[in-house]
Amino acid sequence: MSLARRIIPCLDIDGDRVVKGVNFVGLRDAGDPAKLAARYNAEGADELVALDIAASRDQRPTFLETIRRVAAELAIPLTAGGGIRTVEDARSVLRAGADKITLNTAAVARPELISETSLEFGVQAVVLAIDAKRAGDQWVVMVRGGREPANRDAIAWAKEGVALGAGEILVTSMDRDGTKSGFDTALTAAISSAVSVPVIASGGAKLPAHFAEIFTAGRADAALAASIFHDSIQPIRELKEFLAARGIPVRLPC
Amino acid sequence: MKITLLDYGAGNVPSVERALQRLGAESQRAATPECIAGAEALLLPGVGHFETLMRALDDRKLRAPLVDAIGRGVPFLGICLGLQALYFASDEAPELTGLQLLPGRVRSLPPVVKLPHMGWNRLLVKQKSLLLDGVDANAFFYFAHTYAAIDQGEETMAACSHGIEFVAVLEKENMCAVQFHPEKSGEAGAQVLRNFLRLCA
Repeated sequence: MSLARRIIPCLDIDGDRVVKGVNFVGLRDAGDPAKLAARYNAEGADELVALDIAASRDQRPTFLETIRRVAAELAIPLTAGGGIRTVEDARSVLRAGADKITLNTAAVARPELISETSLEFGVQAVVLAIDAKRAGDQWVVMVRGGREPANRDAIAWAKEGVALGAGEILVTSMDRDGTKSGFDTALTAAISSAVSVPVIASGGAKLPAHFAEIFTAGRADAALAASIFHDSIQPIRELKEFLAARGIPVRLPC
Repeated sequence: MKITLLDYGAGNVPSVERALQRLGAESQRAATPECIAGAEALLLPGVGHFETLMRALDDRKLRAPLVDAIGRGVPFLGICLGLQALYFASDEAPELTGLQLLPGRVRSLPPVVKLPHMGWNRLLVKQKSLLLDGVDANAFFYFAHTYAAIDQGEETMAACSHGIEFVAVLEKENMCAVQFHPEKSGEAGAQVLRNFLRLCA
């Protein structure tokens, strides 16, 4: 008996719509967030992530309303983030119906945000999102939607984040994101081996074999993808049956 | 029958409310001793830190009315931290006392596994349980916690294992609690809540 590996569809949200793009650019509309959420809830997704990719102050009320609409459709956990800079930002997202928040750019700028939010809401509610890009034989942290490099090593940052109170790490490979060439196994395994908390792998998924690889060689506890689920290229149930047949523990809804 | 949800400022009250609504149950939030004293059925949801929960109960003077209500036989369901609160104390906040309705301490799961215990896991059923009536033996439930009640007693209906076995479902007369989040556990979780509603009726 063991903890099931999780399959997590991700909704990149711009106001009241789900959008998608390649390498964080070239966004296009991918549907209504609440409708997609209801579909994933029924299809056996283990959790949902919703990210405010606009993350602008004036769009915030729209995003929170979207979170409310999404949460209303779910009987599975919801993680939401994008643009969370303060404990109060985190509270409003959790009060709107999210179970966990993701911290990214603001935590790099002010790491105490991780301890402040985990003290207030519990470590299980704080996910540190790291956008990592390969630079020689290491990975550097990227911020501001993956556009700017921060002067930090991704693995060292993951460790520091956990020490400060992050209960989970969501690691996105900027090299693989949107390429559909598979998760970055080396990056995910390096982070998963370095920290004591669960790690969610993100960026590059297309084939069921990519998921099998990230759960074995990549040591991921969960795997996240967006467009292959939105476009129904990869039905979740079929993906889970593929993983179960390879001995990877997954939750198969009855 | 109306379910009274203890709203102490933290916790996952809106998710629990929505889950009850979907099952057609009426609920109301409560944060005063009077509301608890008059409740027909009580639900203590909880996520976060043991200290936050116990301090909130004490600051709002909810501890005594809650213990009284459970003692009087009012149906009670504790969720996650709401299960841990029933014990004597927790290593998460050793200077505070729990509700002391069950002996034993809440302790950390061992660091030989990834913590928090976060995600979907199965149960090891120990006894015939009212809360698990009609639930598939292989069903998964959603957990999100680091601390757990390790000492099993005659009230332990089901355990779960993550590094070590711990109490996942307990029932002692009108007092019920689960370590997982039924409100986040899909159809299996909905069945657990339905069974609790049946106990209340």
